[in-house]
Formats: sequence, C-alpha cells, structure tokens
Amino acid sequence: MALRKVLGTETEFGITVLNQAGFNPVVASSAVVNAYAGNRSRIRWSFDEESPGRDLRGRGAVDSPTIDSDTALVNTVLTNGARFYVDHAHPEYSSPECTDPRSAALYDKAGEWVLVEAMATAQELLGPNERMVIHKNNTDGKGNSYGFHENYLIARSIPFDAIVTQLTAFFVTRQIFTGSGKVGSENGRPPVDYQITQRADFFEEEVGLETTLKRPIINTRDEPHADPARYRRLHVIIGDANRSEIQTFLKLGTTALVLDAIEDGALNDAIELADPVNDVWSVSHDPTLRYSMETVGHGRLTALEIQAEYLQVVREYARARGVDPIWVEVLDEWETILIDLERDPLSTADRLDWTAKLRVLEAYRTRDGLSWDHPKLRLLDLQYHDIDPRRGLYQRLVDRGAMRRLFNDEEIESAVAEPPEDTRAYFRGICVRRYPDELVAANWDSLVFDIGEETLKRVPMMEPLRGTRSLVATMLDASPTAATMIRALGGNDG
Amino acid sequence: MAEQERTQRSSDRTGAKTDHDEIETAGSAEEIGERIDDLLDEIDTVLEENAEEFVKNYVQKGGQ
Repeated sequence: MALRKVLGTETEFGITVLNQAGFNPVVASSAVVNAYAGNRSRIRWSFDEESPGRDLRGRGAVDSPTIDSDTALVNTVLTNGARFYVDHAHPEYSSPECTDPRSAALYDKAGEWVLVEAMATAQELLGPNERMVIHKNNTDGKGNSYGFHENYLIARSIPFDAIVTQLTAFFVTRQIFTGSGKVGSENGRPPVDYQITQRADFFEEEVGLETTLKRPIINTRDEPHADPARYRRLHVIIGDANRSEIQTFLKLGTTALVLDAIEDGALNDAIELADPVNDVWSVSHDPTLRYSMETVGHGRLTALEIQAEYLQVVREYARARGVDPIWVEVLDEWETILIDLERDPLSTADRLDWTAKLRVLEAYRTRDGLSWDHPKLRLLDLQYHDIDPRRGLYQRLVDRGAMRRLFNDEEIESAVAEPPEDTRAYFRGICVRRYPDELVAANWDSLVFDIGEETLKRVPMMEPLRGTRSLVATMLDASPTAATMIRALGGNDG
Repeated sequence: MAEQERTQRSSDRTGAKTDHDEIETAGSAEEIGERIDDLLDEIDTVLEENAEEFVKNYVQKGGQ
C-alpha cells in the first residue's frame, strides 16, 4: 500500500525595484524577507541535514554547493510552519508539509499573501520614486528561469528506474493543465507566438541532479528531510508556478495519485516516450493541443490521449484501493479539465492560468491590432503574475469573477498564521509562535533551542507524520517554556 | 448551460465560494464580448506605463 503522501511546494519569486539606480536583487530579496521577519522571531536555518548534492539514484554524494553565509542568514520560519528566505537572488517561500492537495494548494496561496505583506513593508524603506514589483512566475523572458518545485514523500523501496519510466510521460503531458502560459520562446528553442508553459524551454535532460542548468525532467536530488532509510522525497522541478488555486490543486493532486499508483505497481505498463526532452517543449509550443509524440510501442499519441490513459489507470487503481473523498475530487477535476481542453482549450480559462492569460492577450491583440512580438503583450504576460492585488492581472480576473477559486480569504488568512495540523509542521509552527526567544535554529527535520543550559537542545523530527496536533498539542499547551516542553518530550522524537 | 452546471457542481464539491461561477459561463456572445472590453479597459488603468522599458529592464538571474 502506497505511503500516505506528504507534499509541499517551493516558490522562487521574481523581484525588481523600478527607478532604483544600482538595483541589486539579493539586497532587495533580503529586504523583503527581513521586512516580514520584523518583530517576528529571526530564526537561523540549520544546515545539518541539508544535502542538495545527494543523488536519488544512489550514486553517492557529489560536491554540495557551498552555502553563502550572507544569504543563509536571511531566513525566517513562519508560524504556519513554512520557511521564508533568500535563495540566491530571489525571495523563496517553502510551504509547510501537507497531506492532501487542497491543503498544499492553500498553503501555496498563503505564500503569495506572505509576499504581499512583506513587499508592502519593504516598500516603506524605498525612495520616493522607487517601487518594488514581485512576480509569481518562472522566467524573465530572456533565458533566465527560476523555479517552482513540488515535493512528494515516497517510499525508499520503490526502484528509482520505475519512477523514471512511469512518470516521465505524465510530466511531459500534464503541462497542458499545469502551464502558466508564456509569450515567445527562450533558450534556443524554435520561435513561437505563445506557449503553454513558462518552464518547458529550459528542460534539456531526461534525468539528472542539476536544477540551474541542463535541467532534467526527473530531478534526482535525494534530500528526504526525513529518515533516509524509509523515505525518498521526490523533488519535482518541471512545473510552473500557478496563480490559479484550482490549477495548483490539480497539479499536486494528479501527481500524488500517479505516484501512489506507481508505488502500488498499478502503472507498470505506463506509456513511454521515444524522445521526451524534445516532447517537453513541443507539447508546450502547441496551444491547440494537436501535437502528437512518438511512444514506445503505441504509435503517436497526443498529450490529451496520454493523459486520458493515465486518468483511466489511476481511477481504476483508486477505486480498487479506496481513497478519501479529496482524491475523488482530484479525479473528477482531472477528467473535467481533459474533456474541456479537448472541446475548446479556452473553455478552461476560468481554471487555468495559460488559457486565462491567452484569452486576455487575444482580446488585446484584436482590439489594438498588436502583433505577437509587441512589448505590450510581453508586459501583459509578466503582469499577469504580479502579486500586487491592485496591479496583477490574475487578481483582476478573480475580482471580476472570471476565475474559479478553491479558497475564501478567511481560509487563506488563517493559513498564513496557522500550521497544518496533521504533519510535523504543526510542532514547528507552534514552537515558532510559543517559544520565539528560545528557538534559535530550525530546519525541516529538527528544531534547536537555547534554554539557558550549557548546550543547545536539538529536537529531531525525522518522521513527517509525527509532531501533529493530535500527538503534541496537549504537551505543548502544558509547556509554558521551551525548557518545560523539552523536559516533557524526555528527549524523544516529537 | 451544461457547462455552468458542471462548474457549479465542481465548486460545491470542493467547498469553494460559488457566487462567482456564473459570471463567465452565462450570457450571450455579445454580453461576453462586452465583459472582455470592460476588462481590457480596466487593465489599461493598471498596466505599467512604459511597456518597452519595463520588459527590457526585467532581468532575473540566479534561479533554479
């Protein structure tokens, strides 16, 4: 039986300051994170368990990137269990661990709200004509891409080859409902007016460890942030950052279900592609969805046909196994989106960023007689992703009722402050709120406290499904200080 | 109308607010056209002023 999924998202935001001479993205990103940290506790990130150079294929560690001590210090852990920090030249929000796609999509959206508040505070420090602009997107349109990553906890026992052979065609074809849309092409790909995704042009390998160059469809970073004997944490780098709530839900939910099916052997006969790297950008470059790709033994199939095949297998698998209602919702939304995309891609403009954006761009082109290379269309493309609720085109569409939502504002506001209750993010988030002075460092799988004794006290959290509300709330409620909490834990894993 | 019903049902399932759902799926082609025109007018008021310069200066290095 497949592991209960633990999943989350990591978003690098685009950042710029208008009218600022000598704009430096690292300085601006630091200002944003520090502005948000403000009166909240500034918690250092502990790199004890970090190993981005370790390879899932088991080929041993390669050299880990050196940690830049200046940016490593610009870090905060939020009361909702998320990490908010500067990653190289971008502010990055890494969501707390969740156990279902609705919750993970909610905490992803909460990250946008964190950025909006942080940006507003950082803006106060800028000069009179300077204005900060932050985008939840993945490219500057000039060949520089920055990531949106998904992570899924899976069993260490699954052979990695099975993941590669059964997941690759899914990743190549899910783009039709995971894309955020982009004007033009980059990175030496053939010219195109408009394409489905922001990221496709940047994928150059089938499998690999890299995340900043020669990006692979399947990333092998082996950093489970949990017991490495039991778990892998699949680090997915091929998705776009989405503004649409329903789209994030679909992207995470369908991928988690496909991983469940792989874990339980239901996808052993999955379709394989003859040339997946070529197909990544070819699928993305055809918003009519007619492109067909060569498979191994099944002739040429379109992305819609391959997705329909995955859906059918996964639906049967879920029916036989029995799944919670939230996963049935995923299956229903998945089926509906495929039917609607086949009928008319623009009929999904109430749910998908790439079709919502395309509809606006086409309307502008018609009204103003613009060719696809007009700077105004590139600007509209960028501004769709602007997180400022007044300026961002996504938010304008939502406010007009043109896009479906999954969440209301109260839910999002609550997710900004409160951690998920069913993972170790609960323990982390509550400790951040309750013991801000004693909590001196944190990472995904441990917290470090200074309780005034000779040595610091490290509380390991190697099991992502422990540290939950039901397991630790009573103990935390009875512990007015970190010292009493650590005594109550008795040195055991929370 | 089938589309509208499906959208409505999906929203009920996922517990979302449903009050927005009808807006884009109901109405005649003329009404939809008017709404798009209206939307473009609204976007015109928030769009960054100098498109060419904004796009040219937008450079984002150092990402994964």
